[in-house]
Amino acid sequence: MKELFPIKQVMGFVFSLILTAVALLVYFVDMSFTAGMTILLVTAFVQAGLQLVVFMHAGETEDKAAIYSNVYFGILVALVTIFGTLLIFVWDM
Amino acid sequence: MDFFDRFAVPHPSFLIYASMVAIGLTVIAVLVGITYFKKWDYLWREWLTTVDHKRIGIMYLISALLMLFRGGVDAIMLRAQLAIPDNKLLESQHYNEVFSTHGVVMILFMAMPFIMFFFNFVVPLQIGARDVAFPRLNAISFWLFFMGAMLFNISFVIGGSPDAGWTSYFPLAGNDFSTSVGSNYYMIAIQIAGIGTLMTGINFITTIFKMRAPGMKLMQMPMFTWSALISNLIIVFAFPVLTVLLAMGTMDRLFDTKFFAIGDGGSDMLWANLFWVWGHPEVYILILPAFGLFSEIISTFARRNLYGYKSMVASMVVISAFSFFVWAHHFFTMGQGALANSFFSITTMAIAVPTGVKIFNWLFTLWKGKIEFTTPMLYAMHFLPLFTLGGVTGVMLAMSAADYQYHNTMFLVAHFHNVIIPGVVYAMLGGLTYYWPKMFGFMLNERIGKWTVWLMSIGFVLAFIPMYITGLDGQARRMYTYSEATGFGPLNMVAFIGAGIMAISFALLVYNIYYSVRYSPRNIGNDPWNARTLEWATHTPVPEYNFAVMPQVKSTEAFWDAKKNGHEIFKGKIEKIHMPNSSGLPFIMSCIFFVFGFSMIFSIWPLAIISLLGILGCLVYRSFEKDHGHYIPVEEIEETETKLRGAK
Repeated sequence: MKELFPIKQVMGFVFSLILTAVALLVYFVDMSFTAGMTILLVTAFVQAGLQLVVFMHAGETEDKAAIYSNVYFGILVALVTIFGTLLIFVWDM
Repeated sequence: MDFFDRFAVPHPSFLIYASMVAIGLTVIAVLVGITYFKKWDYLWREWLTTVDHKRIGIMYLISALLMLFRGGVDAIMLRAQLAIPDNKLLESQHYNEVFSTHGVVMILFMAMPFIMFFFNFVVPLQIGARDVAFPRLNAISFWLFFMGAMLFNISFVIGGSPDAGWTSYFPLAGNDFSTSVGSNYYMIAIQIAGIGTLMTGINFITTIFKMRAPGMKLMQMPMFTWSALISNLIIVFAFPVLTVLLAMGTMDRLFDTKFFAIGDGGSDMLWANLFWVWGHPEVYILILPAFGLFSEIISTFARRNLYGYKSMVASMVVISAFSFFVWAHHFFTMGQGALANSFFSITTMAIAVPTGVKIFNWLFTLWKGKIEFTTPMLYAMHFLPLFTLGGVTGVMLAMSAADYQYHNTMFLVAHFHNVIIPGVVYAMLGGLTYYWPKMFGFMLNERIGKWTVWLMSIGFVLAFIPMYITGLDGQARRMYTYSEATGFGPLNMVAFIGAGIMAISFALLVYNIYYSVRYSPRNIGNDPWNARTLEWATHTPVPEYNFAVMPQVKSTEAFWDAKKNGHEIFKGKIEKIHMPNSSGLPFIMSCIFFVFGFSMIFSIWPLAIISLLGILGCLVYRSFEKDHGHYIPVEEIEETETKLRGAK
């Protein structure tokens, strides 16, 4: 029976509920803008990663390498775009 | 009559009214012709509803060639206007409209479908697949692109063309400065075509990862397939930026949001920034498949395997990453500081390194090869020096300090035409000549083909080298005229003559097609160029199922090794083949998209809502539709195979 119980998915579901609750705190608890944004960004990215790995089965097929390299490439592009834009518009304008 | 006033062209002229009449007559002639020859049924059954990657490819090709001539006519008008000082051929407004549409049409509606044609026609054949991973999605991609392109093309006779440049920078493209619906056309037509492109990206990545012939490892894929993979990867990461950007632009124009407004917390510079976050990867989306085609052509006609296969792949991967790190070099003079500019200067110059690796690999492939100067090879040989020249001026432009001099001049215009024409256009036309026999069963005439190449290169050099000089002397781009005292006159006349010679060479290409249809011999076999990769291993014309028996691949040049080293690629016997069913849904849904786009452009809300519901209806229908495809029985395959073998 133990092998049949999807423990990983259940734990993942509980964890994603916790992440959602933490993100909701930003609305209900009075905190600074920086703290709120930090919480939102961290919970959002952990949540996205969780969904991808646990519920979309990113690492469970032989395409594991292709899927993860695409994800990493996407993250790289997103980070470069955001920090590059910040460099142009905020830090060095 | 107020309702219909919005469709009037804001700056009418005789030329526009003449085009209206011409477009109307052409449409009527096409409709009457199809009805008269009773071709509606054939058209619907074989083309409009097809999900066959080869047919979709050919439709991309036809659209691309049509758009090439539309953009080409624009180009001739521009050069004619600038040929002599103080010319009165086009007014400033018309000049703005013509250069804006020239850019959009050439990049998004000519070059993009042209590479899509090669992806569609070549990639499944090269990897030994029977179709793409999602054939129905592929049809949607094509029809969305087609409807987007058509929507954009009717702008100049209904409501007015976009006139804010192909980059459509705000605040110029905003409601305050562009009052006609032209910029709405830009936002919405490109959006519709762009969604199709994004789907193609996902489709081909999946196809290449999942549907390669048994035994074909990633590092054994033909170079064009590698370039297609990398290029589609860039599409998937770059096009979402365009989608968001155009959606924000649409909202600014239609609903008065302030994303790109000068005040109210908006930033007009954000448009330029995001446009090039998409725009720079876009140029690599175009050039990488061109590199892939040249790799195939050069290796075939140098009769040698491609030198430095691994470094070719590595350089493309590096280029694909770097293409996302350099976008700010398109607006060095926007006002950011020296630190930001230096960063983007250095990343830009660094891209020249992997590109240089590729150039040297081609040269080493030629080294000690038994070079055969066919028409595709001649395109490749003209590409190498001309493209290198464009690359060198690119490095000049990459120096942000010096860019304050080059910025917004004809020097820049000369540079990007210098990389796009010998790079992309030569690859497209060379590749077209190369794959023509595989598509239609006869070769294009070599003699006329070589004349085309030489005339095009001569025309190109005459048209664009003078622009480098006038640009350095200060001739601004996008300026509709100049005074005689500037001294730009003679060189612009040379450029006009060059453009005329290029026009002649394109006319020669059309004549070549006509001539070859009539006189070219049909008994050319399956492999007329003595080529090296799998697409030449199947019959000409390619049967619906591509390969009767799935090929088994052991090396990079599977077909060459089969011919020369006795590898057996077609093992096993014929079994029934599963193929996807045709569907009219992609075409119908894209037609509704056209109506939706049109009603959005003119703010006809009831129609927009109805057509949006229609699109949703198509999606829902598709979700509940049962479509398991069909099997081609063994007897039918054997019959086809015997017939195709007998025809040789």
